[in-house]
Amino acid sequence: MLSTSLTMSDLLFLLHGAWVTLQLTFWAMLLGTIAGVVFGLLRALMPNASRPLGWVLDAFRSVPLLIQFVLFNSLKSIVGLDWSAFAVGCIVLGVYSAAFCTEIVRSGVLAVPMTVRRAARSLGLTYSQDLRYIVFPMATRIAFPGWLNVVLSTMKDTALVMWIGIIELLRASQIVVTRIQEPLLVLCIAGLIYYVISLVVSRLGARLETRWQEND
Amino acid sequence: MFDYTFQWGAALKALPDLLNGAVVTFNTAALSMIFGVLIALILAVMRETRNPLLNGIANTWVSIARNTPALFQIYLMYFGVGAFGFHVSSWAALVIGISFNNAGYLAENFRGGLKAVPETQRFAARSLGMTAYQTYRLIVVPQMLRVVFYPITNQMVWAVLMTSLGVIVGLNNDITGVAQEYNVRTYRTFEFFALAAVLYYVTAKLIVIVARLLSWRLFRY
Repeated sequence: MLSTSLTMSDLLFLLHGAWVTLQLTFWAMLLGTIAGVVFGLLRALMPNASRPLGWVLDAFRSVPLLIQFVLFNSLKSIVGLDWSAFAVGCIVLGVYSAAFCTEIVRSGVLAVPMTVRRAARSLGLTYSQDLRYIVFPMATRIAFPGWLNVVLSTMKDTALVMWIGIIELLRASQIVVTRIQEPLLVLCIAGLIYYVISLVVSRLGARLETRWQEND
Repeated sequence: MFDYTFQWGAALKALPDLLNGAVVTFNTAALSMIFGVLIALILAVMRETRNPLLNGIANTWVSIARNTPALFQIYLMYFGVGAFGFHVSSWAALVIGISFNNAGYLAENFRGGLKAVPETQRFAARSLGMTAYQTYRLIVVPQMLRVVFYPITNQMVWAVLMTSLGVIVGLNNDITGVAQEYNVRTYRTFEFFALAAVLYYVTAKLIVIVARLLSWRLFRY
């Protein structure tokens, strides 16, 4: 009953899948955060001019990620780009998380009271100084918990890249299942790895958050 | 470089089938939401109690649902439960998986909603002679629904988007499933999936609009 044909190399294979998952999360979040900050600032500071951008990003949030992967993957072949599946995965996930980051950055920037910004300007700070020294630190604190949620959901969404042929944690577990035919055990291990990653990220985030609150 | 001719005609011919798929998608999402809301209510109440066992079950449920991918949860239903000798169809696995996920996320929202109803109201209801069940059904839940209505709408949209995962465990009659069927037959991937994307977008927007109308109708004093 307790004997299993799960070997050490299977476990290493799963961990390698987890590493791919982490790499995907990292690159997607890098892209998503940079784009999200730029778009979010645009959305917050020029709400009317950037309205079309808002619609486009809303479309990304209202279409399943799986469909976006398939669409971008086939578009890539149509246009004739020779990109790896990994790059496609990073870009689609990045754009998807950018759509969420934009909203978070926007609400963070808008949460900085207008009176504070007027005070900064009347103390003689220029517009860009106001953004850099007043809005940026305050908005970062407000937006951070939301951003952390996006990181966690992006990490979970990386499971979908298996559809375009990347072997990440969940796909790796499926491959192992096909070999040793013990789905429950292998899936539980995969789930545990996801759970641990989530837990570590959210713990680190919570620690950072409390450290930032110290000065308040 | 760019020598691909789009065949939108072929995709449009598939539109009736895709629309049928949209109905399946919506029904699946709605069913999983009904289960999700009911279970989430129970979980939220369980987390309020002082019984460590009930508390533990509810907390485990919520943390597993929130910390693992939805696809993993569907897999666990489809392949994992199959290991016990039960045959779970891909549709059932999808519904159970999404319900599990919805319940976990909604329970967290409902907890905030429960906090929004002052404890004194519960005491007042109990001292008027209502049972605990009546107190929750007649006093707490109606007020809570007002607070959690927006999160429920959001989760419904999420549920619609999550149903697209069904295709990975072999569901072939929801929007993504139908699009995939046409795709493997004709290799017009982009056209069919673009149409599917439009359908998902329209479904999501319709849900948001209907919810807005409903909230306007339901929550006026």
